[in-house]
Amino acid sequence: MEHLLAEWYDIRDLGNAVGHFLTWVDDRGGPSWLPYFVSGIIGVVAILLWAVLSQLGFVWIERRLIGRIQVRLGPNRVGPFGLLQPLADALKVLTKEMITPANVDRLLFWGAPAVVVMPALVVFAVLPFGEHMQLTDLSVGLLFVIAVGSVNSLIVFTAGWSSSNKYSLLGAMRTIAMLISYELIQVLALLAVAVYTNTMRMGGVVAWQDHYNVWLIFLQPLPVFAYALAGAVEINRTPTDIAEAESEIVAGYHTEYGGIRWGMFQVAEYIAGFAIAAIVATVYLGGWTLFGLEEWVPGWLIFLGKVYTYFFLFIWLRGTLPRLRIDQLMGFAWKYLLPLMLVNILVSGFEVLIWQEKDLSAGVVLPIFAIVNAGLTVAMMVGWARVMGHTGSIGEPRRAQLISDVGGVYYEPLPGGRA
Amino acid sequence: MQTEPLIVNIGPQHPSTHGVFRLKLSLDGERILDADMVVGYLHRSMEKLAEERSYTQNIPFTDRTDYLAAMTGNLAYCLAVEKLLGVEPPPRAQWLRVIMAELQRIASHAMAIGTFINDCGAWQTPLMYMFREREKILDLFEMACGARLTTNYMRIGGVSRDIPAEFMPRATALVKELPDRIREYEGMGLGNEIVVARARGIGVLTAEQAINSSVTGPMLRGSGVAWDIRKADPYAAYDKVQFDIPVGTAGDCYDRFLVRLEELRQSTRILEQALEALPEGPVNLDLPLAIRPPVGESYGRIESPRGELGFYIISDGGPSPYRFHIRAPSLINLTSLKEMSVGLTVADAIVVLGSVDIVVGELDR
Amino acid sequence: MTVATRILSGFDVAHRIDGSLSGAVVEATPEWAEVHAERLPEVARFLHDDPELDFHYLTSLTGVHRLDHFEVAYHLQSIAKNQLGVLKAKSWNVEEPQLPSVVPVWRGALLQEREAFDLLGIRFQGHPDLRRMFLWEGFPGHPLRKDWLGMPGDRMSGLQGFPGEPGFDNQGRG
Repeated sequence: MEHLLAEWYDIRDLGNAVGHFLTWVDDRGGPSWLPYFVSGIIGVVAILLWAVLSQLGFVWIERRLIGRIQVRLGPNRVGPFGLLQPLADALKVLTKEMITPANVDRLLFWGAPAVVVMPALVVFAVLPFGEHMQLTDLSVGLLFVIAVGSVNSLIVFTAGWSSSNKYSLLGAMRTIAMLISYELIQVLALLAVAVYTNTMRMGGVVAWQDHYNVWLIFLQPLPVFAYALAGAVEINRTPTDIAEAESEIVAGYHTEYGGIRWGMFQVAEYIAGFAIAAIVATVYLGGWTLFGLEEWVPGWLIFLGKVYTYFFLFIWLRGTLPRLRIDQLMGFAWKYLLPLMLVNILVSGFEVLIWQEKDLSAGVVLPIFAIVNAGLTVAMMVGWARVMGHTGSIGEPRRAQLISDVGGVYYEPLPGGRA
Repeated sequence: MQTEPLIVNIGPQHPSTHGVFRLKLSLDGERILDADMVVGYLHRSMEKLAEERSYTQNIPFTDRTDYLAAMTGNLAYCLAVEKLLGVEPPPRAQWLRVIMAELQRIASHAMAIGTFINDCGAWQTPLMYMFREREKILDLFEMACGARLTTNYMRIGGVSRDIPAEFMPRATALVKELPDRIREYEGMGLGNEIVVARARGIGVLTAEQAINSSVTGPMLRGSGVAWDIRKADPYAAYDKVQFDIPVGTAGDCYDRFLVRLEELRQSTRILEQALEALPEGPVNLDLPLAIRPPVGESYGRIESPRGELGFYIISDGGPSPYRFHIRAPSLINLTSLKEMSVGLTVADAIVVLGSVDIVVGELDR
Repeated sequence: MTVATRILSGFDVAHRIDGSLSGAVVEATPEWAEVHAERLPEVARFLHDDPELDFHYLTSLTGVHRLDHFEVAYHLQSIAKNQLGVLKAKSWNVEEPQLPSVVPVWRGALLQEREAFDLLGIRFQGHPDLRRMFLWEGFPGHPLRKDWLGMPGDRMSGLQGFPGEPGFDNQGRG
């Protein structure tokens, strides 16, 4: 990709500024590893700052949006339009008393909130925010993302287990059950992507989408849906926030935590949400490219726009949908999604084989693949649901039957009815 | 491998037990082996206190038993004492009682349905929508008697005071917009696959079990038995309005949810007719506040939003009742809680409890 | 035609019970029919199964402490025939009142009998799970009894007069 300017003031690619700065550092002399070290520090600080600031902003956005969904105002007292609400929340969380129950496992109890943010943050290391704005371009980026994401559930389990509280224990067990089920779905979803792009590097995936001028969401609708759901499950977000289901087990794994320890769990949930959104944006939505618009609009703005749009979808789902039960969720993963994902990989591999072997032109072949995949997705989802015997809410009555309609006799149990 | 069941307490401090109510679950993993309820956290010995107070002084007690349906509580007690005295309130009072009782039913069912979907996991979104209408109804109550929740409106021999002039236009406007709102609520809960998956087939109670366990109210009607005191044993002008009774077929939580939704609609129908047919006249028989009913006993019952609320009052000719017993539907509907819960998961137990729709003030008295 | 629950008088209920189970009825008034405590289980079973009375639904179970005996009032309802009748059973043992339980016939009595036991102290034999419900185990006494905490005025609680009436003392009791 050509840049009109590759100057340090070109904000379309902040990598330029950093590059110029690193050249300056290198020219100063000193050890040869110094530029790498400095670049690492800059990247880490930038990611940290961005993650924390986004999280503060999205606390406000989420609460106002869910308020609007629920026909009420959100926070509107602290500052104009309640904009200082995240600050008030942070202050409250910082100054609250941290009660430690008597017979907890101290090391794990104190350690779990301390490390819970780390997996979510580490994921950002391989995600390209722009063309030269990737902390490290691992050759196994896709695998790295999944592997680090699963550590999140382990830490949640540790928190629940060490709390010596039956509610927390239930929450911890539930999260491990969900992790096991949906890890596989995540792997299969990203594997289908790797089949198409022939690379596991995140930068390579974005470059593939840019080269063929197509987003993988069009070519792989089923894995997008599966990965989005699996990601939501991993980070315990409604409608699958079973591990911390408030109406059942009163905050689940973080029941016993107070003050900044609970605050760390909330921060981790938001940053993990951003991580999932960022992965979906990179892998399926084209990353920092937008069909050539990145010539004028900075790539990182495009990327952030996609991340935030996707996170808005998370907020929308949270405000609208009720919660699933744990066995329904796991049944969905193993009995429904897993066969569909395997079929999807088979079909994708077949398509890529045809494409490469016959050496067809991409402009012809890819739209055909997109339509075929979309149709196949709809057919498979509906058909497999029918095969599994699930009719959903289609046959359910929309109204209770009235006595005058049914013609029943008053005061007697009605004949028939469901057993 | 030796295992032992895990005993988990749901409550008494819990976001979803609808009050201070404790449920001791014995779990094997997530399956419930045994469910035992522990009540009495809100026991205020109302039955004993009522024996020390005059008949009119006991009316505020009836607000505070079922605090989410205070008007119907007042009404049941006044009916029982009027049976003892052998008096009938004037027609305007009868129609006003119907209006207030049906408004209260809509408000209470809005809360019951909203908290039921909340127990299914939707973060209060349907609850907030239903609270819109509940707020309007509570404003109407405040207009009529000065209080939103513990209304103390009915008196022995009628109602305490007439409605002000602003009541009728506001009530008529509310009744006009209710059908659209109810359609909105139905859209939120009915077609929702997740609510169906959470509530269909959960907590099944057959009709024979329900009748044998003395279940009343939407729970009984959800099991298929068409028994509604407003139709079977009409009181206070209910025999002069046209309405229908919804029943379910399967007796599970989803059917009870459907029955409550439909009862909202039927209450709107009753309100339309009642607001139009409200006659003029006195609102009270003007009985003395200090009454001594003749020696005897009476059992007065109404259909409250939770079931059959009955008052069994024994009078010994003195100024205060000899025995004041509240037949609380919330308590008796819980007789079959164990049968409904065993074999389900923890999440289902919460949904079942939400569908029984208890109010702990009435349960414990 | 207005539908209303037919309130059966005690005479009707007593007559019907007498037809099958002789000697069970003690007394019948226009309001209730009283049966012997020992015959209560068979009377309950008869009332439940009888096709004419059809009392398969127990509406309410109430314990009352009359000063020289304890009584339990059963309000029975027939849903199909829409009629209601009242049955009473008394226990003349004032120290430790006992009555047979009707839970095998009407399961709805399960919690109501526990409540009567808790607040009045009436023991129901045959109840599967008789424990205190509202008050804790070890609570001294049974509060709804008229002589709990030693009421002045010969085991009568309740107001003796209205404020402002002559003969009314400050505590409201005579």
